[in-house]
Amino acid sequence: MKFKLKIWRQDSAKSKGGMKRYEIDQVSENTSFLEMLDILNEQLVNSGEEPVAFDSDCREGICGTCSLTINGEAHGPSHPAAACQLYMRQFKDGETITVEPFRVRSFPIVKDLVIDRSALDRIVQAGGFVSARTGSAPEANSTPIPKHNADLAMEAAACIGCGACAAACPNASAMLFTSAKISHLAFLPQGQAERSRRVLGMVRQMDVEGFGNCTNTYECEAVCPAEISASFIAKMNREYAVASLRERMGE
Amino acid sequence: MIGSLESRIPDGPLAEKWRKHQNNSRLVAPNNRRRFEIIIVGTGLAGGSAAATLGEQGYNVKSFCYQDSARRAHSIAAQGGINAAKNYPNDGDSVYRLFYDTIKGGDFRSREANVYRLAEVSNLIIDQCVAQGVPFAREYGGLLANRSFGGAQVSRTFYARGQTGQQLLLGAYQALSRQVAAGTVKMFPQTEMLDLVLVDGHAKGIITRNLITGEIVRHAADAVVLATGGYGNVFYLSTNARGCNVTATYRAYKKGALFANPCYTQIHPTCIPVSGQHQSKLTLMSESLRNDGRVWVPKKKNDHRAPNEIPEGERDYYLERKYPSFGNLAPRDISSRSAKEVCDEGRGVGETGRGVYLDFKEAIARLGENTIRERYGNLFDIYGKITGDNAYEKPMRIYPAVHYTMGGLWVDYNLMSNIPGLHVLGEANFSDHGANRLGASALMQGLADGYFVLPYTLPNYLAGQIGKRPAPDHPEFLRAESEVRGRIQHLLDLDGARSVDSFHRELGLLLWDKCGMARNAAGLQEAIERIPQLREEFWSPNGGVSVLGKGETFNQSLERAGRVADFLEFGELMCRDALARDESCGGHFREEHQTAEGEALRDDDNFADVFAWEYQGNGKPNEPILHQEPLHFESVQLATRSYK
Ligand SMILES: Cc1cc2nc3c(=O)[nH]c(=O)nc-3n(C[C@H](O)[C@H](O)[C@H](O)COP(=O)(O)OP(=O)(O)OC[C@H]3O[C@@H](n4cnc5c(N)ncnc54)[C@H](O)[C@@H]3O)c2cc1C
Repeated sequence: MKFKLKIWRQDSAKSKGGMKRYEIDQVSENTSFLEMLDILNEQLVNSGEEPVAFDSDCREGICGTCSLTINGEAHGPSHPAAACQLYMRQFKDGETITVEPFRVRSFPIVKDLVIDRSALDRIVQAGGFVSARTGSAPEANSTPIPKHNADLAMEAAACIGCGACAAACPNASAMLFTSAKISHLAFLPQGQAERSRRVLGMVRQMDVEGFGNCTNTYECEAVCPAEISASFIAKMNREYAVASLRERMGE
Repeated sequence: MIGSLESRIPDGPLAEKWRKHQNNSRLVAPNNRRRFEIIIVGTGLAGGSAAATLGEQGYNVKSFCYQDSARRAHSIAAQGGINAAKNYPNDGDSVYRLFYDTIKGGDFRSREANVYRLAEVSNLIIDQCVAQGVPFAREYGGLLANRSFGGAQVSRTFYARGQTGQQLLLGAYQALSRQVAAGTVKMFPQTEMLDLVLVDGHAKGIITRNLITGEIVRHAADAVVLATGGYGNVFYLSTNARGCNVTATYRAYKKGALFANPCYTQIHPTCIPVSGQHQSKLTLMSESLRNDGRVWVPKKKNDHRAPNEIPEGERDYYLERKYPSFGNLAPRDISSRSAKEVCDEGRGVGETGRGVYLDFKEAIARLGENTIRERYGNLFDIYGKITGDNAYEKPMRIYPAVHYTMGGLWVDYNLMSNIPGLHVLGEANFSDHGANRLGASALMQGLADGYFVLPYTLPNYLAGQIGKRPAPDHPEFLRAESEVRGRIQHLLDLDGARSVDSFHRELGLLLWDKCGMARNAAGLQEAIERIPQLREEFWSPNGGVSVLGKGETFNQSLERAGRVADFLEFGELMCRDALARDESCGGHFREEHQTAEGEALRDDDNFADVFAWEYQGNGKPNEPILHQEPLHFESVQLATRSYK
């Protein structure tokens, strides 16, 4: 297969970037999208041009490192999947493909297609955990958890932390990411003790990081490679309302 | 040169060693802990859990990883599960049985005492993870569910869908995040360790490169912990993440740490077969699939019929035939070799003939498609995305691929290497899996090391080190820094013609061929001659590797070039180890040593020991010195492994 590529090139955080055109030929349909970029890079190196910087690690959709917007969609046209799970057979021969980094104010560009998502780490640091000191845990089966709740918790916990939700959102909101963690822990008995502190801390950090608000466009859910449901956002909003009421009442 | 290897295994009965050792180890009082700086490289299950726990105990921890977030360490990709001896299913499991299965699975090439400790703390891990909110699978009554994995006849594997590693790692990452917020752990993401610094023979710091800015920094500490994962990517194609590498441990090796059993690599039987030349990685299909999937190939050679056109009577369910009591759940090394055998006979399936079927038809008929979807849905989805095939309708095609490395830096019972102060955890050390690791036991080992072993053994070292932390401008730091800078500059100065990947691919193919699923003396010797030539080509001032861009910026070619340069030396060490180990055991199959039925033939009289290699400085990577640590078996009888 043959493709025309338009790829965002930007030297560093401070420099100005722009789209650059490339062509690539003789790509097998079983090549993954990132392998196609590997092939392009190999060609660039052989012709003395610096390869396109892009991030990836596990290349099987779980580490959340990929951060590509392909043809205007976070992670590309095939959902649910991370960019590393795209195969060239999903594109048309001869097609022009545009590749950009996730565009989110709170994710500054490092180089070309690589971005800085440390804002997401800081949201978790603001309360996305259970304070369980190593060694002080009770016997695991001493607290039965209804399968239904455990399953719901798992659905929320499946988030891979890629940030595609924020990239797809017209307001650059990170609510799907944040609500997934809040919901995961709120569904479990272990998460109860810190439930209020958690939601207050994480939501406030989200604002500090400059992420926008949710206006129910559901774009986040549509691109999420882990199929996290936007209903968790509603759950987070309820949790937040209750927690802030309690806070105001001095509880 | 190093004297004899002191494993520091406490004496006394097996079941009492760890308790006794804990009671006899020195402690650091809470008010003294904040006087210590601990460097932990790696944020996977091993490093992440260690950093969180030590931070919580009041030490100052610096935590490093090359990814942009601690949560992306390669542990995130583990699918199938984690073992523990809880015996919840009441099927006869116990600490002893988990210990015995692990020793036997490792083909009697691991330390009894370490493995027993691992089995002992396994139960604490499950308690800890549940307390953190890890959403393990549960039964309708609300209690934890279990499944089986290879090499065991009990159900002792805990899991969170097909994403167990992700959930365990997020548990550790969240605990780590809590410490970051508390100020006890300082995170250094996108920071690569490029050298270890020794002061007066003790590990007292590291040199790092900030991958975004290219800044080189000296970090001094009271102790250094490496939890940098495995080196499977030396083969280029493996199930490991793209960034996995040997650099941290290999740099430590060059500073005097012994590298143990480098040739022990695990080839996992169930991966999606290689499809094309530009493939960048191989994808694992979790071993848990073998609970319900049946492995087969056609009985006839070169049978190109579609799988559903081949009648039952013309199929060879070769694992069930050869190993009736374990069947499809035979250990990994055995299952992989059997797959290679049937493909070598010309009975392999798929375009390349390097594949076997993993068939769910019977399980779907027995349990319904929904149950299968619930158990393995995400794996079937992954398979579908990569191959374009629907495994609910036709059998998966699978083939073995490099997956895990049992070898690693040599450590004693305290998980300390022969360099005082240098501790090594998780896949990066050699300690618990012998010549073959059983499924679901790497996650167990990583978390055991980080949550429950190092926090007890590190103080034993630190107690004697109060006030001994050097300043980061100590001459040894300056020297190491200038070496690192020199090496980077050297790579950038090469006016090469070939991409880093092309060298890596060539090395990988060579190793897969000569030091993969089957090895022999002639092939290994050939590789030992070829690798230095490839290395020379790589470093050749013209026509060698091409590293464009600058050192002071984000430069992925430079990162990879440094890692591949280390693989190009390390690969040779692997082959030397494989050549020196003139027996077959576990994943190390020397064609010269097999039974009449083609099973691995151990030589306990001559090789029941750990091989630990010492680097011989001065740019002579070709002449490492071999040290041997005899393995003493007090509680188990050395037996021929039988899964029949
Ligand atoms: C696809 C797959 C599935 C698996 N499934 C299972 C399973 O179901 N059950 C099971 O028990 N095991 C499984 N394993 C094995 C298991 O996942 C690993 O052995 C284990 O997670 C390794 O953990 P670790 O903490 O030692 O290292 P890793 O998780 O690999 O972490 C290494 C860390 O070191 C850092 N690092 C490395 N080098 C440097 C450097 N030079 N400078 C700075 N940082 C560095 C990395 O950034 C990373 O943070 C699987 C493995 C794979 C590949």
